[in-house]
Amino acid sequence: MTASGPEARYRGMYLIRRFEETLLDMFSQGLLVGTTHTCIGQEADAVGVIGHMRPGLDQVVSNHRCHGHYIAFTGDLAGLAAEVMGRSGGTCSGRGGSQHLCRDGFYTNGVQGSIVPLATGIALAERERGDGAITTVFIGDGTLGQGAVYECLNMASLWRLPLLFVVENNRYAQTTPVELAVAGTVPDRARAFGVDAAHVASTDVEEIHAVAGEMVEHVRSGRPAVLSIDTYRLRAHSKGDDVRDPAEVDARWATEPLAVAGARLDAARRAALEADADRELAEALAVAHASPVAVLDEALA
Amino acid sequence: MSPPRCGAELNRGLHEAMAAFPAMYVLGEDVLDPYGGAFKITRGLSEAFPDRVITTPISEASLFGVAAGMAIRGLRPVLEIMFGDFITLGFDQIVNGISKFREMYDDQVTLPLVVRTPMGGRRGYGPTHSQSLEKFLMGVPNIRMVAASEVHDLAGLMTAAVADDDPVFLIENKVMYGRPNLRPVDGRIGELDVTESGGPSPALTFSGSGFTEAAATLVAYGGMVPIALEAATALIMEHEVFCEVVAISGLLPLDLDPVLASLSRSGVVVTLEEGTLTGGIGAEIAARVQEQGWDDLRRPVVRVAARDGIIPSAPTLEDAVLPGVAHVTRAVLGAVGARA
Repeated sequence: MTASGPEARYRGMYLIRRFEETLLDMFSQGLLVGTTHTCIGQEADAVGVIGHMRPGLDQVVSNHRCHGHYIAFTGDLAGLAAEVMGRSGGTCSGRGGSQHLCRDGFYTNGVQGSIVPLATGIALAERERGDGAITTVFIGDGTLGQGAVYECLNMASLWRLPLLFVVENNRYAQTTPVELAVAGTVPDRARAFGVDAAHVASTDVEEIHAVAGEMVEHVRSGRPAVLSIDTYRLRAHSKGDDVRDPAEVDARWATEPLAVAGARLDAARRAALEADADRELAEALAVAHASPVAVLDEALA
Repeated sequence: MSPPRCGAELNRGLHEAMAAFPAMYVLGEDVLDPYGGAFKITRGLSEAFPDRVITTPISEASLFGVAAGMAIRGLRPVLEIMFGDFITLGFDQIVNGISKFREMYDDQVTLPLVVRTPMGGRRGYGPTHSQSLEKFLMGVPNIRMVAASEVHDLAGLMTAAVADDDPVFLIENKVMYGRPNLRPVDGRIGELDVTESGGPSPALTFSGSGFTEAAATLVAYGGMVPIALEAATALIMEHEVFCEVVAISGLLPLDLDPVLASLSRSGVVVTLEEGTLTGGIGAEIAARVQEQGWDDLRRPVVRVAARDGIIPSAPTLEDAVLPGVAHVTRAVLGAVGARA
């Protein structure tokens, strides 16, 4: 298996897809409680951007729709599965669940916009440390309604923070279409703060990977940047809350990331990559299932 | 030699902590020299440590989170919020971030950050620059809250807060800044005996010389400490009622032990706070005192606080709604008179 390159990116996206489809199946079978927010249809963003992150050095901050980012950055399928399942072997021993993860320079939190100040502080600390680390924060079109985002664009620009804002515009904030929530454009908002921005409307991981590479290099030179990606969420906001026209969603399946990238692969090679990823996922799920349920280690007084 | 001003002592604490902790950063609005902060508490820091003092835009909603991100990555940020009234802007970051990260992330991170902010009125600043909002932090888990007063070792409180690996909210007081920092000399401050507990948030217990019993225990913190001491003196001089005053600094966790110790000598507890009455610090003290000190209580705990309303700007109106010496002496006399 190549460590990087188109085949590895296809496999990485496939792994995220199958992981989240498995979660939705488990929810429908009543095997999971709580909630989850899948990135099915958006996997190219996670894999295309995070492919440029340096593990053990760079920092990634994500949001409620974080599984793809987490898997792409850490590869820790078993820890994430156990966390969502409420097991002691989870990433945060079951304390955080689906949208509150932390491992090895990866952090998520569940309040829209709340993570952007955190990422700004992390980027400031990394700049002070001076080891060349950059911080990437993933937000969505819905988060653009939060004032903290603009406070932080301002500070990141003033303080020349090595911070990459990735805006995944999946066209809907829960059920609200972007046309009803976001005025103007994302790059224009960024440039108003003197922050350079790139825009890509694509579900092609290779195209996103290329643009992201340019923006990451820009950030490594000591300036913040915004990468705006127009994408599409193929499944519900969380589990079943979808009020979109089914014909609109169906049309988008034709350009989903696995279809786009998979069409470039030899059929047998693609099947082998998928079989290998399926095996890895099955092993991780077995580990998660074997983990004991989480217990509070200090008795409640 | 006259004692130093409280503001100067807090400033000294910041300078000492900056020298002691290379990872400490100070950030906030207008903190740079020559201005040195709206109340001058950060004066001289940016000249002495130019790389570690950051002046910020007016962005409180984010600044708490910026401090959290710095702390998660190993720095020791000290965030100045110019007026305590403005903590409301940061409540998402405080409640959904600072309070949660360490426990939610399974203790993989620590948050050694300090938020400093002045509360309190009596300066005529009006409804949005005079409040004492610390009670809204009382229900937030996983943070420490320390209330500085003019009888505490202020430089020591500051350095202890910076040394803490958990988030510390250091509640200062605007009136206190300009007053002398009165410290015990030979176990006394003025005419009163003083005992002081240890740790990062000590309490001072004041009593009449040689008295082993008291008519009431006055529990005060922050800007209510000098008012409690003045009221206690007036009660002795004018009514021959001898009270103990317990000046606590530990609000979270609530430092109840010195209160219970004094209660065992007095049987009566009167709580003092400058914030509005309902849902206040006094309510929490009262609940805990009745849980843990019931057998010593001779009557219900009495709370003295501000009227549940705005703090008006006009001095006459502000004096009427904020608890002063007369309010305290009246409450104590009422409580003592009702003793069985």
